[in-house]
Amino acid sequence: MTTDLAGGQVIIELLYLIASVLFILSLKWMSSPTTARHGIWAGEIGMLLAICGTLLHHGIVDYKLIFIALVLGTIIGVPLGEVAMTAVPQRTALSHAFGALCVTLVGSAEFYLRSPDISRFMMAVLSLEVILGGLTVTGSLMAAGKLQEILPQRPLTYKGQNLVNFVLLAGALAIAVTLVLHPESRTLFPLMILIALAFGVLLIIPIGGADMPTVISLLNGYAGLSAAAMGFVLDSKLLIIAGALDGSSGLILSIIMSKAMNRSFTNVLFGAFGQVQAASAAGEEARPVRSATPEEAAAILSGANRVIVVPGYGMAVAQAQHKVRELYDALTKRGVDVRFAIHPVAGRMPGHMNVLLAEADIPYDRLIEMEEINGDFPQTDVALVIGANDVTNPAARSDASSPIYGMPILDVDKAHTVMVIKRSMNPGFAGIDNPLYYLDNTLMLFGDAKAFVGSIVREVTGGHS
Amino acid sequence: MNSSSNLINALFIFVLAGFIGFEVIRRVSPLLHTPLMSLTNALDAIAVVGAILLVGEHKSTLSTVFGFIAVVAATSNIVGGFLITDRMLKMFKSSRPAAAPAAKSVGK
Repeated sequence: MTTDLAGGQVIIELLYLIASVLFILSLKWMSSPTTARHGIWAGEIGMLLAICGTLLHHGIVDYKLIFIALVLGTIIGVPLGEVAMTAVPQRTALSHAFGALCVTLVGSAEFYLRSPDISRFMMAVLSLEVILGGLTVTGSLMAAGKLQEILPQRPLTYKGQNLVNFVLLAGALAIAVTLVLHPESRTLFPLMILIALAFGVLLIIPIGGADMPTVISLLNGYAGLSAAAMGFVLDSKLLIIAGALDGSSGLILSIIMSKAMNRSFTNVLFGAFGQVQAASAAGEEARPVRSATPEEAAAILSGANRVIVVPGYGMAVAQAQHKVRELYDALTKRGVDVRFAIHPVAGRMPGHMNVLLAEADIPYDRLIEMEEINGDFPQTDVALVIGANDVTNPAARSDASSPIYGMPILDVDKAHTVMVIKRSMNPGFAGIDNPLYYLDNTLMLFGDAKAFVGSIVREVTGGHS
Repeated sequence: MNSSSNLINALFIFVLAGFIGFEVIRRVSPLLHTPLMSLTNALDAIAVVGAILLVGEHKSTLSTVFGFIAVVAATSNIVGGFLITDRMLKMFKSSRPAAAPAAKSVGK
């Protein structure tokens, strides 16, 4: 914030420069699981240097309070780092809220410290910072609540929803413009933040559980952009860089996620999904399906050469991933080639399914992405679908009237035999009927995923496990 | 920031960092997208530096209180974010024997 740098200031800036480089390396090393853990170390060292550098600042008069805050944050942070792997999506959403809270509070404090002496550009960036930050705080809390199932997961829609949201956003922007022209209007500032907070709530209300991977990524992007805006306000290059990195990460992931669901951003944000179709599917019940017992399933799997397991979030809900790993071990021992097909939205956030399977000790080189494995289904003896539904629905390829038409799916129906473990014939998350279940080469395995896979394992290992 | 050249500098940095971010993150394996997000979350909590200054400089009660809460929130993201990213990455093991030493450190 000073124009000519004193000696101490130069050291601080150099520490920030090193931290910036370490942050970039940190993300670069995430490109492969073999180097990824170096990435954490780089990030941690960078963070430590940046915090130490900041503490050198000559303007600091009170260290005691800083340390109390750092200790308190650590006390809260440790349990947040130890949640179960199934809870990682809501933990991530919660941490987006925390990050955005920090940015919003700092932005607000800066406004009251500087007003009315704020340049127009600065006020515009500051408004952007707190609007983005504010809506990310409440939006992320809503998303975390939905993921934790404290809040209803079904999308909530009402008439004129988009109009209300639009009016709110326009209101916040109008206040921002007023503040740019009249930065002395201190009473308007809290109103702008309140509107941003309300907007965050209303933005997430109409979004259903199936869209959570996209929403979390998008909120990640917002959190990053608001932090970058804060970097402009504080003239902190380090913060601009970190915010830009986080923002581009969130943006890329949201693009990948919405492609995986064949939806546009606006569609995710402004259209509730899938509650209408549940009714229309009910008309054509009573179609015949073939089902099989664990013994039959075990016999088919043991006789196969190539098996692809298609896990969905239902597998994690049933806590079946460890039984699935036992099945993987048993079949591999018999010489069966077992791989796992991972749809980008198989879990509740980008990459979530990989983490859940890695936790169950399934080697990561057996986890294959959709695009890579889809060509292999025709040469596959058995595709075993566990707790996945919409991502295997062939209607997405063939039925232009289906709500998920155009969504990229795993072509499990092309395998010689398809086995689907499912509790009942109820439609899945999006409430859409799945024609896969009625195909001639499909066997339905009705039951709880964990118990059913357990029975198959017992059969495959010959009763002794 | 007192001059427009500072602003231009900041914009340069933002745009270039955005490009670097885009190129680096495009190369991250989809396998690791969840740890990537928790890592960027921890890195993003570098906003703590702004909050630390607010608390330490003690310019007004409001700024100190806001700064204090901000430091707590950001620190919990730093600590929690690095912890969980590390826990997740430890779980990723290859079926090739080369990865055996990494697997040994996991034992719970």
